[in-house]
This record gives sequence, structure tokens and C-alpha cells, in this order.
Amino acid sequence: MKKNKSENEKKSVSISPKKLRWLYSSMYRIRRFEETMLEQTFKGNAMGVTHPSDGQEAGPVGICAHLTDKDWIGSTHRGHGHCIAKGLETNRMMAEIMGRSTGQCHGKGGSMHIADFSKGMLGANAIVGASIPLAVGAALTSKYKNNEKKSVAVAFFGDGATSQGVLHESMNLSSIWKLPVIFACENNGYAEATPSWYAVSTDDIASRAEGYGIPGLQVDGMDVFSVYDAAEQAVKRARSGEGPTFLEIKTYRYHGHFHADDPKKYRKQEEEDYFKSKDCLISFEERVTESGLMTSEDLNEIRNEIEEEIKKATDFALTSPMPDHDELYKDVYVEYSNSLLGLR
Amino acid sequence: MITSTKSLPLGPGYEGVRGKKIRYRDAFNSTLRAEMELDPDVFLIGEDISGGFDKDTLEPLDAWGGPFAATKGLIQDFGPERVRDAPISEAGFIGAAIGAALTGLRPVVDVMYFDFITVAYDQLLSNAAKSRYMFAGQTKVPLTLFARSGAGTGHAAQHSESFYSMLAHIPGLKVVVPSDPYSCKGLLAASIRDDDPVFVVNDKKLINLEGFVPDQSYTIQLGKGRYLSRGDDVTLIGMSYTSVVCQEASKILLEDGINAEVIDMLSLSPFDEEIIIESVKKTNRVVIVDEDTPRASMASEFAAIISDKAFDYLDAPVKRVTAPHTPVPYNKNLEEAFMPDANDVVATVKSIVD
Repeated sequence: MKKNKSENEKKSVSISPKKLRWLYSSMYRIRRFEETMLEQTFKGNAMGVTHPSDGQEAGPVGICAHLTDKDWIGSTHRGHGHCIAKGLETNRMMAEIMGRSTGQCHGKGGSMHIADFSKGMLGANAIVGASIPLAVGAALTSKYKNNEKKSVAVAFFGDGATSQGVLHESMNLSSIWKLPVIFACENNGYAEATPSWYAVSTDDIASRAEGYGIPGLQVDGMDVFSVYDAAEQAVKRARSGEGPTFLEIKTYRYHGHFHADDPKKYRKQEEEDYFKSKDCLISFEERVTESGLMTSEDLNEIRNEIEEEIKKATDFALTSPMPDHDELYKDVYVEYSNSLLGLR
Repeated sequence: MITSTKSLPLGPGYEGVRGKKIRYRDAFNSTLRAEMELDPDVFLIGEDISGGFDKDTLEPLDAWGGPFAATKGLIQDFGPERVRDAPISEAGFIGAAIGAALTGLRPVVDVMYFDFITVAYDQLLSNAAKSRYMFAGQTKVPLTLFARSGAGTGHAAQHSESFYSMLAHIPGLKVVVPSDPYSCKGLLAASIRDDDPVFVVNDKKLINLEGFVPDQSYTIQLGKGRYLSRGDDVTLIGMSYTSVVCQEASKILLEDGINAEVIDMLSLSPFDEEIIIESVKKTNRVVIVDEDTPRASMASEFAAIISDKAFDYLDAPVKRVTAPHTPVPYNKNLEEAFMPDANDVVATVKSIVD
């Protein structure tokens, strides 16, 4: 099996200044979105549970850097990072989390069901593993339409989903049908509170792909350049009709499973310290300033822009109206001849 | 064909229409073909829908042509991309079909036996039925699924279910239950053209049944039932194969001077509430016949609707004739006892008709 041992130091130089800027701003946008979203959750402004993804930014950003709006992604309960990396607007995302009518799904989906089909985002999904075959289906559409647009599909999921049968079915299907799919396993070490060393039968999840005839790579998910390089190959493979690739992105969830979960109850401090020392934003900043690709002023400017954007997104959400009562009955079906009203 | 006076006509009638007598299975197969010819985005996916490949040429053999030959001959004309044989992984390929529907195709899934949908129930419930709602109408799921239901063929407990109620319970999903070749053609075409996910349930006992089918293309509106016969003394409500049972019972009852009105529901979600209420207001007595098990069933739902909306018109308790609250047994005698038959219906009618 091929392992991606970050020989990406040289390769990173070949990334265009515009793309570098996009990588950093996207990661920082996710970080600040999640932190702000958590603050708002604790203030009682989110209407339910939220699952922050800060710490994991390099995965979705390094992959989505190679995608366009014509490509599809499937996502998870921890999906804000995927959404932002795929180009969704933070104001409509924040409004969705606050259950507002201006939200991406009119306040009916919430944090765990944000979607934007115009951006190729098939929806966050709160059943672990359930969005994986949807991405396979999107890839099937691409192949069925003779791959005119050469669109690809990325299935994002965590280490927890690797124990779900539907992942294995999806790997088998996409391998026998040579579908343009990238299986992006964000291994953050924990499925809720259960550690992957306990729940997963191997410490090399990527090796499972081999059994399905799919190349599997382990990638340092704290380093956006590692992810970027591996994803570049995977997306190229998919677009050229060579079939699926499995990427195991080794990453870390800075917060607990959901907003009110205290991970200190089941994780060691030194483990958290270790991953935070490899933080994707800090390592990016060091790399680009040391190599002279970007200056600290450049980075500062991006951070300021993002701060402003997230502040506006939060204000937008907080000042947006709640959905009308009628919204309850909308979009259950395209057309339905019986009443949808409850009996009371 | 007779329809509810308040309902729109269901399509071409039987009189003066060019057509022929064909089997249910042939109506199903030819409708699939017609819909695939009509719309290039319609494709089939399922286990053994062609069945078997030549190891040397890698060409599909169409050895099975689908369970009960439902898709026989289609692969020759449409090829393996549009008649896609799937491995035995219902959650995987039904999930993939939903993903294809979300991204612009119109998949038709052969689930084989009705019981097998439970293997993919999460995909059906959480993704097919809910995506449009969760995402506030950004997408639609034009997916059709079909499967074979029903006891009576010795397929035993895990290949004989009729749990329509488990599907009709799901907001976002539609369920239809054709009962003859005519309704099979019209409902299948309507389901494939519908923009919501629709489950077409085919009772195995109907598959070789013959009936008149017009040659022309037509659809039957989802959510509409029909009268199979008119009468004043009692309403019999059937669905899928129990519509045939109700017709048999009505003939026996007629010999005893009881005029039964037979309603064939055709759709279970949405369903034709008007035709039920209209008929019960006239006959004042009703027997609902359902091969599903009795708890939380469609029979229970119809009974509740009648007691709510036609209570003052009832001269007798609403009666249900259903399967027992048991799995389907294998032994022929026990299996026959499991299924509601015309004699059960006749006896129940006589218990409420003076």
C-alpha cells in the first residue's frame, strides 16, 4: 500500500498564490465559524445540538480545493467544515443553525442537515454513514451522463462510520462500477466518546480499502498540504475514469462530540496538546511565511476579513425572522393529495 | 370503468379502447420498457434484473431477467448502464439510487421481495423520504421502488410480507398497490413520472393474473381509488390482492341477495378518503380487507377515518378482515389460514348485515 509520507514540502510551492490564500481563508473561516457557533449555542441561540469540527479544517479544505460546484460532496453530523470548504455562505449557515427563515434550509434542517445543491453539497446527514451511498449515487449520475462534466463525488465520514456496513457496500459498488468517488475518512480518533483503538479493528483504516481493490492512503490531516496533494491525485484518478480512492485523514476534534460534551472525561490532555501543537492554521502560517510565499501581513488581512464576515453572519442570523408556521407543511412532497395536518 | 362521482376519471375506460388481455407481469414489463423509451434519465437497478454474465465476453446474459422475469429482455435494448445489475447490498445500491435521484436521474429500483426493503429502511426513511423536507425543497427524489409482497406461494416468513403500513407511515414517501394488469400499467407509469419517491407493491398472487390493458399510454392518478362493483348493502374495501378477494366475496354475497360495493384503494399514500366516505355514507356498513398484520395497519387507518368522518352514517361496527398478528408460516394449510379469503369476508359481512 502506498503511504503518503509528506514529501509535500516541495510540492506546496507549486500552489498558486490565489489557491494558497483560499486554503488559509477557508480554514480560518471554518475555525472562526465553529468557535462563534459554539458561543452562540451556549448563549441559547442555536436551537439544538451542534457538533463543532474545529481542529479538522485541513481535511475538507485540502480536498474541496480540487472541486467545483459541479462536483458533489456528502457530509456528516459534523458538517460545517465541509459546507464552508464547498463554498456555502456562512450567513445562511449560521441562520440555519439558529433556525431562521433565511437559513440554508429555512430553519427546517438545522446544524446536522445543511445542504446547498447549487454548490454540489448533497447535505449533512445525521445517520452515521448514511450519506456515503448518496455520494456513490452522485458519481453514478456522473458516469451515466457519460461524465460530460467529469464531475466527481466525495463522501466525507468519520472513523465511526468505518464500522457501518453501508460504507463497505459503497466501497464495493464504486469499485466494481469504477465510479468517480473519493472516500474521505476523517479519523479524529473518536466516535462520540468511544476511541477508535477500541472500536475499529485496525489502526490502519486506509488498508481496508485494499480489500475492495481501492487504493488507500493515510494522510496527515493536520497539514493541509498533505491533504491537498493526496486529494489532487485522488480527484485526478476519479476524473480520468480510473475509479475510487480512499483517503484516511488523521485529524483531531478540538471539542467534544457535541457542544456540551466535555472530552476531558475520556481524552488525555497530552493527546490534545500534541494535536494542537500541529494545528493546521499555525503550521500553514509557519510554512508560508518561512518560504516567503505569504507575509504575516497577508495572513493578518485574511483573518480580519474573516472576522468581519463571521460577525456579519452572526448578526444576519440573529436579526433574521423565524420561519412562518406554514413552513411546517412545505416540501414534504412535490405533490400530495391528502392533508398533512395532524389530528387534534 | 366506474369511478367515484367526486373523483376525476382514472384514465381510459374499458369500452371502445384498443387493447388486449395480458398478464400482470407483462403489463409491468412493457410499462418499464415504455417509460425507459420515453425518458433517457430512467434507469433500472437491482439484483439479477438481467442476471448472469458470460465470463469470456463479460456480456450480460439476461439469464433471469429479474425476479419473476419482471425486466426480461430490457437489457438487450437498453444495455447494462440502464439495466444495472447490483450486488446483494440493498442499503448500498438503494442509497446510490437515491443519490442518483438527488442529482438528476430517475432510478427505478427492483427490491426483489418486499421483505428486503427493511435491509435498506434507513436509506428509504432518512434519505429518500426526508431529503426534500430537510433541505427545504432544494431537491426532489424522483425514485421508484418495486417489490413482490404477499403470502400464498410457500415463500415463508421472510419472503411473504405485506407491511404496506410500515411504508405508508413515512411522510415523504408514496405507496401504491395495483391489483390487476390495468392498474399495474397506469400506476407504474404514474410512479415513474412522479417527482416524489414512490413504492409500487406487487402481490405475488397477482403476477400471472390476466386482464384487459389498453394499448395506449395512460397513467392512474396517485391517491385515487376506484369502484370495482356498485351495491347498496355493504362496502368492501380491498387493496392489492385483497381487491380480488373482495370481488370474489361480492359474487358469493350476491347469491344470498346482498349487494356489496367493492372499492379498490390502488394507492395507500396518499389514499382516496373521498371514495371511502362516499360509499360508506350510502351503504352504512363496511368491511376492510387487508393481508397486512392487524396492528397499526392500513385497515386500522381506514377504520379510524370512517369512524371520524362517517360515524353518523354507520348502522354497524366497522369490521376488519386481516392476517393474524403472526409471521407468515410455511406449511400450506397454515399459510392459507393466514391469508384473508372470500369466505372470511362473507362471514364477516353476514355478521353485520341483517
